[in-house]
Amino acid sequence: MNDFISLNHGSGGKLTHELIEKVFVKRFSMSEPLTDSFIIKESGSTLAFTTDSYVVDPLFFPGGNIGKLAICGTVNDLAVSGADPMYIAASFIIEEGFPIDDLVLIADSMAEEAAKAGVKIVTGDTKVVDKGKCDKLFITTSGTGILRPDMDYISTGKMIKPGDKLIINGPLGNHAIAILGARNNMAFRTTVTSDCASLNHLIHKALQSCKEILFMRDVTRGGLATVLNELAGMIKCGIMVTEASIPVDDQVRGLCEMLGFDPLFLANEGKVLMVVSAGEENKVVEILKSDPLGSYSEVIGEIIADKRELVVLNTSVGGKRIIDMPAGIQLPRIC
Amino acid sequence: MKYIDEFRNKDFVTKLVDLIYRSVIHNYTFMEVCGGHTSAIQRFGIPSLLPENVRLISGPGCPVCVTGTDFIDKAIAYSKMEDVIITTYGDLIKVPGSSSSLEKEKAAGANIRIVLSGLDALEFARLNAAKKIIFLGIGFETTAPGTAVTIKLAAKENIGNFFLFSAHKLMPPAMEAIIKNGASLDGFICPGHVAAITGSSIFDFIPERYNLGCVVTGFEPADILLSILMLIKMVNQNTPKVEIQYNRAVTLCGNLIAQRCLSEVFESCDASWRGLGVIPLSGLKLRKDFERFDIENILPIKIVFKEDNELCICGEILRGLKTPEDCPLFSEICFPENPLGACMVSNEGACNSWYKYRFVK
Amino acid sequence: MCLSIPAKIISIDGSMAEVSAGGAIFSAGLHIIENARVGDYILLHAGFAIQKISEKEAEETLKLFEEMNNSLNE
Repeated sequence: MNDFISLNHGSGGKLTHELIEKVFVKRFSMSEPLTDSFIIKESGSTLAFTTDSYVVDPLFFPGGNIGKLAICGTVNDLAVSGADPMYIAASFIIEEGFPIDDLVLIADSMAEEAAKAGVKIVTGDTKVVDKGKCDKLFITTSGTGILRPDMDYISTGKMIKPGDKLIINGPLGNHAIAILGARNNMAFRTTVTSDCASLNHLIHKALQSCKEILFMRDVTRGGLATVLNELAGMIKCGIMVTEASIPVDDQVRGLCEMLGFDPLFLANEGKVLMVVSAGEENKVVEILKSDPLGSYSEVIGEIIADKRELVVLNTSVGGKRIIDMPAGIQLPRIC
Repeated sequence: MKYIDEFRNKDFVTKLVDLIYRSVIHNYTFMEVCGGHTSAIQRFGIPSLLPENVRLISGPGCPVCVTGTDFIDKAIAYSKMEDVIITTYGDLIKVPGSSSSLEKEKAAGANIRIVLSGLDALEFARLNAAKKIIFLGIGFETTAPGTAVTIKLAAKENIGNFFLFSAHKLMPPAMEAIIKNGASLDGFICPGHVAAITGSSIFDFIPERYNLGCVVTGFEPADILLSILMLIKMVNQNTPKVEIQYNRAVTLCGNLIAQRCLSEVFESCDASWRGLGVIPLSGLKLRKDFERFDIENILPIKIVFKEDNELCICGEILRGLKTPEDCPLFSEICFPENPLGACMVSNEGACNSWYKYRFVK
Repeated sequence: MCLSIPAKIISIDGSMAEVSAGGAIFSAGLHIIENARVGDYILLHAGFAIQKISEKEAEETLKLFEEMNNSLNE
């Protein structure tokens, strides 16, 4: 195989087949012969279906790469909807000249993450564009999985009422800071790594052990502030969160203080916000803490009756302020 | 984090708030003139902790907010020149000029780089000998010494492709202009990091000439609340003076090395402040010995620029005469995603802070 | 812009230092302060150390807060 992707790799001919065979089919343990569609037979079930594109820059960063992100992101979208992720489709748009070795590393990561999450990559597509027409590599993954019975409330939050509690599974902002650090154009060093991870096993444990989890959403770009504001709008209630209970790693804090970022607005790739019935929060936190992806789980706030649908922060010194949606892009191409 | 967390101690803050409540016997209006204070006050929800009769207003303390449209327009014009790389602090890229912004120009292909320091900009110059590197020097007395050091290094190393476009400004003339403009104040929360450089004595003229108290303040909630308490006592006892609350970083005389560096490289000049107009001797320009680094000297350009939206009251807000909520544009068509005036653009601007950190009583 | 935070000097190389804020490492020019030593806390602003933080004064301020906190009456 050549060392670099050429336009011929996208032609559909011999080189395309060679590329797909050598880079993707074996790694993803795809069934052969490859067909245009993968057939799913799941009678009597409701399926959840999602898609996401990944344009992160740089492609490789501490804690992961675009491939790992492409699997985790789609797995998490399914898991927080109350579904058990099963099948992934993966499409690649590759810039002419992209090193094949890098593509192999990325495909390896995807295979590894898919195995960890217990999902299969069953179909995909590869296109090559002229140099300069896309920035190295873009990946789109779509995913499907079976929705647990009667769990559609988990995405809409329609069962939430004032007094219910909010839980986060760990510290905020690590993904954004890891990406910023990897961009090499800022004069600082950090050992922070992305929190990029598949959360479906963690979520499965929680849902199995507690029937009072009323809402879940993964906290990605736009940070916790975005999710809280979206939630307040959906349930037409207010939300109060306590700054002192929101976990943030020291280095992330230090960088936020120095660069003027707010950790509530920073992107994550391994965090889920849960709302649980009042009284059940400590039990859920204990369950989450029994998993490495939930070791630093905390109860961070509660739902309050407030027609203004405001998200309010109790600051660490006892003051109060409103948390808005972040305006515009905090950091571009973060996921 | 040391020297941060201890000054965010909730018990201290609660006690200080209690002492403030016990001390108030009038209405009080205190102005802070530092973007860092604007931001800290709103971020920690300090207005929600204070009694109704203690009002905090923001003055022209955000260097981005007081940078004129003409400066942005000229920077954009420079960025379009061949072989120019603009280096700037991140705060400046979203500031609207007459018709564009550095951010928009960057998206359209202009060579504009965000740096954290003048030293980074100088490094760009070393690594790109064929390009002209123009550093946009904004900031008050806290930031200008760093620019002065950078210019001295450029001179020492004979770096011929590094230039400064200075919008550096001085705080005391602006404070005096605010007072003379009629702002109704009972005292100043003075900028602690400016004073770390200059010393607290630069504020002596304020109680002497205008009978207003000044407390040089740190940036943590306990610092700010203690300063407010100190100012309240000055008003109650009618003993306006300059006091240092931020004594872990500020002395009477300040940082003499930084001051020497500043006066070696810069001299004061008249400067235009967005919203305040021209204030005599309130800006910094390069001295003759260093004028070869002044881009306006090497490549003078003329631009035609538009003033701000006529309904925009950033000027009155910066002068402490109105609050963001008095502005008809605030949160209606002017908000952080679509800033019409400088007070909304910068993270430290009065309108941006007010909008982001609206407090709840 | 006024963003300036206390950071600890962890290494010095000529007129440049590496300083730590919560473990994140930044470069700081030492050109406008004198007698900087590893272990000192400085105020980092726009890539420069602009002032040393006085441990003695910091402790005095904290002591004042403690006294206020402990006092029963104003």
